[in-house]
Amino acid sequence: MPPSSASYIEGLSAVAESVISDRLSRRKTRHLRERFIEFILFSAAAFSVFVTLGIVYVLVSESVVFFRQVSVWDFLTDTQWTPLFDDAHYGIMVLLSGTLVSSGVALAVAVPLGTIIAIYLSEFAPFSVREVAKPLLELLSGVPTVVYGYFALLFVTPLLQALIPGLPGFNLLSAGLVMGIMIIPYVASVSEDAMRAVPMSMREGSYAMGATRFQTATRVVTPAALSGITAAYILGISRAVGETMILAIAAGMQPNLTWNPTEPAATITSFIVQVALGDLPHGSIGYQTIFAAGLTLMLMTLAFNVLGHVLTRRFRQAY
Amino acid sequence: MDQAALGEIRDLINRHKRWDLIFAAVGLLCLGIAALTFTALVIDMALDGAPRLSADFFTNFPSRRPAQAGILSAWVGSTLVMLVTAAAAIPVGVSAAVYLEEYAPKNLLTAIIEINITNLAGVPSIVYGLLALGLFVYAFGFGQSILSAGLTLGLLILPVVIVATREAIRSIPSAIREAAYAVGATKWGTTWDHVLPYSLPGIMTGVIIGMARAIGETAPIITIGALSFIAFLPPAPIQGEFPFLSFEWLMAPFTVMPIQMFNWTSRPEAAFHQNAAAAGLVLLLMTLSMNALAIYIRYQLRKRIKW
Amino acid sequence: MSKVAEGSLAASSMVVKAETKNLNFHYGSFHALKSINMPLYEKKVTALIGPSGCGKSTYLRCFNRMHDLYPGNRYDGEIKLYPDNTNLLHAHVDPIEVRMRISMVFQKPNPFPKSIYENVAYGLRVRGERKASIVDEKVEQALRGAALWDEVKHRLKDLAFNLSGGQQQRLCIARALATEPEILLFDEPTSALDPIATASIEELIADLKGKLTILIVTHNMQQAARVSDYTAYMYLGEVIEFDVTDTIFIKPKNKATEDYITGRFG
Repeated sequence: MPPSSASYIEGLSAVAESVISDRLSRRKTRHLRERFIEFILFSAAAFSVFVTLGIVYVLVSESVVFFRQVSVWDFLTDTQWTPLFDDAHYGIMVLLSGTLVSSGVALAVAVPLGTIIAIYLSEFAPFSVREVAKPLLELLSGVPTVVYGYFALLFVTPLLQALIPGLPGFNLLSAGLVMGIMIIPYVASVSEDAMRAVPMSMREGSYAMGATRFQTATRVVTPAALSGITAAYILGISRAVGETMILAIAAGMQPNLTWNPTEPAATITSFIVQVALGDLPHGSIGYQTIFAAGLTLMLMTLAFNVLGHVLTRRFRQAY
Repeated sequence: MDQAALGEIRDLINRHKRWDLIFAAVGLLCLGIAALTFTALVIDMALDGAPRLSADFFTNFPSRRPAQAGILSAWVGSTLVMLVTAAAAIPVGVSAAVYLEEYAPKNLLTAIIEINITNLAGVPSIVYGLLALGLFVYAFGFGQSILSAGLTLGLLILPVVIVATREAIRSIPSAIREAAYAVGATKWGTTWDHVLPYSLPGIMTGVIIGMARAIGETAPIITIGALSFIAFLPPAPIQGEFPFLSFEWLMAPFTVMPIQMFNWTSRPEAAFHQNAAAAGLVLLLMTLSMNALAIYIRYQLRKRIKW
Repeated sequence: MSKVAEGSLAASSMVVKAETKNLNFHYGSFHALKSINMPLYEKKVTALIGPSGCGKSTYLRCFNRMHDLYPGNRYDGEIKLYPDNTNLLHAHVDPIEVRMRISMVFQKPNPFPKSIYENVAYGLRVRGERKASIVDEKVEQALRGAALWDEVKHRLKDLAFNLSGGQQQRLCIARALATEPEILLFDEPTSALDPIATASIEELIADLKGKLTILIVTHNMQQAARVSDYTAYMYLGEVIEFDVTDTIFIKPKNKATEDYITGRFG
């Protein structure tokens, strides 16, 4: 190899070295930048965990103060709820009864209607009907709850009063019915998604046996989608239990231990609204009751979600 | 198969098929009930409220005299609260979604974050109000301000934004990412130049639906103690003199549309109910048109893009 | 070679169970099947072979009107079912009636999310059979017919998804057998199975031969040669050649068939 060529190669490698080291350093800064961005993005994702922790912290810390003054036993068994009176009683059952009755009415509307609509849309409806119905349901779920509240108080209640003489102006029935209408889109759309996810081959298997549409829908598709349908019901229950404004407007806000939907009653949520509307000093026992009530609400939704999770897993089919 | 047996089968099929018809009718009926309720709600609101909808209604403050009451402070308040909500929820929500879709390793922490977001979506809105009351209003000292309300609603719609963004990002085929990597793009370069722009319409639909939900939310804002009678406007964000921008409005007391409507609904006088209906109509138009816009964007998206 | 002569098409004195006459089929604007004419002999296995997309599955699915499940499909021509001389494709003939008489086994096993027992009983339940003793008997009979009884008799209440792929496919065959169909359709029944499960299904089809009229689609030529009595070679929506299986595989009359069989094409 001639020397000139060797020096040329040496020169080349020197150039290459500098290029490489330059690239390396650029790679280093680029790497740092990438790591930094990843960290920012990670923080955003992790932030959601802090929201949950924040919720738990606020509810628990205020409730702890509350339960120092009110025993858990009284809280669970007392049949009166008069936290703002001189003779204060803190029986959560009173609020719970309102929540359960109104949710029961709502679910009695939303579960059957939502399920039937889901089966209809997924298995029966022609394409054109589905094209119209799905956006309509979505719009229905976009109506603000305060508007539903107005509708319950000033449209549905007078209507019901014509049917049920003596029905008070505030009642759980009207609020529950409207809540049911409000929840239909959630139940219907989640159930429908679950049914559409059932593979076509399973339907074909049923049709190939000479089954009708109705038989295929009820005997094959619905059982196959059961886990998703359960999830839809649980979502509906959470919505009903957590709904606030319809009840605050149309069900009255006086505490009333009742299982009768035609009576007015406060719920856990409408009690919180009532207290917040007033002017309670920060740190007073009245202020703390709403956190105890909120904690009860959270525990209930949590319980339903866990139940839903268990049921969903139980019904989950791998197809 | 002989004719007798065939006849028997045909009878059986006809009996069974009757159920198809019955169910189809019941299904349509149920849809009809939902559609009818929706129509009744809109018409009821329009009949009660339309007479009150005049220019004055938008430029007047609330008043003790129903005929002179308006929603000026309410719609200004709603607008400002929405600004804060958007500024809080969009960057955090989109970043979180990008992390979970593009970066997150499959490990316990990621699983916890994912489960947590699903659960947050199921937390009743009033609980967010309690969180805000304890944290923003008292612990952080933001008071009963636009800032507190906007952040509260921002947290509330965070799961909506995250879920919609993740779906949008997931629908982009990995071939697009590979094409970018193949020419030497970094992960963030690929995300910023390709993944985010292409998923923008999907992200937009999520953000719009989230905002539509936030604008109609009442319970959490009542819980932080927003006042319902506000006869003044917060300080303007743009000032006439240096430094022209002011953030005093963030700390100002406020009211929003749904609270104004709630306030009028809970009064006994029928004249105030008309005001409530008018405010409800405005609110309904706002949320419905936002939802319709989101549905439209998604529809266009489905029609246009075929990966 | 004596077998060929013995089984030649002309010499056959077989009973025709169904006959396709001038069948044309359209998916929207796509002309998927073109003027098909072909008999289906009673209690024999007839195989449909041909390259992917040749229309063999489409043709098979005409027999139990599966195309009626999707919009935009159009049949022209007839498939006559004997002895009652019903045109299966006629608009006035209910597809459900056709499917009650002609059952089908699919490419991928598609058991329902139910117990093994309820899967097999499904067809009976759909027909409104309520008597437990009759259902029990027919379920056992069908499971025996599908050579699955001994493997599952102690676990009839188990979920069908817990079975292996080959067992699931035999369960689907049992499901189809339980209602005693006049014709059984197989749409590439082994394409999703491993070789051992495939062998057991093929054995089963061989057992069913002589009891039941079978039409099977396969893209595995060896399978067609092993299990069928008659074979039709399809290409681009047409039946190019139909004959006794041995003739098709040993002495095809058509050059195109020969090219496909010998692997020069497809």
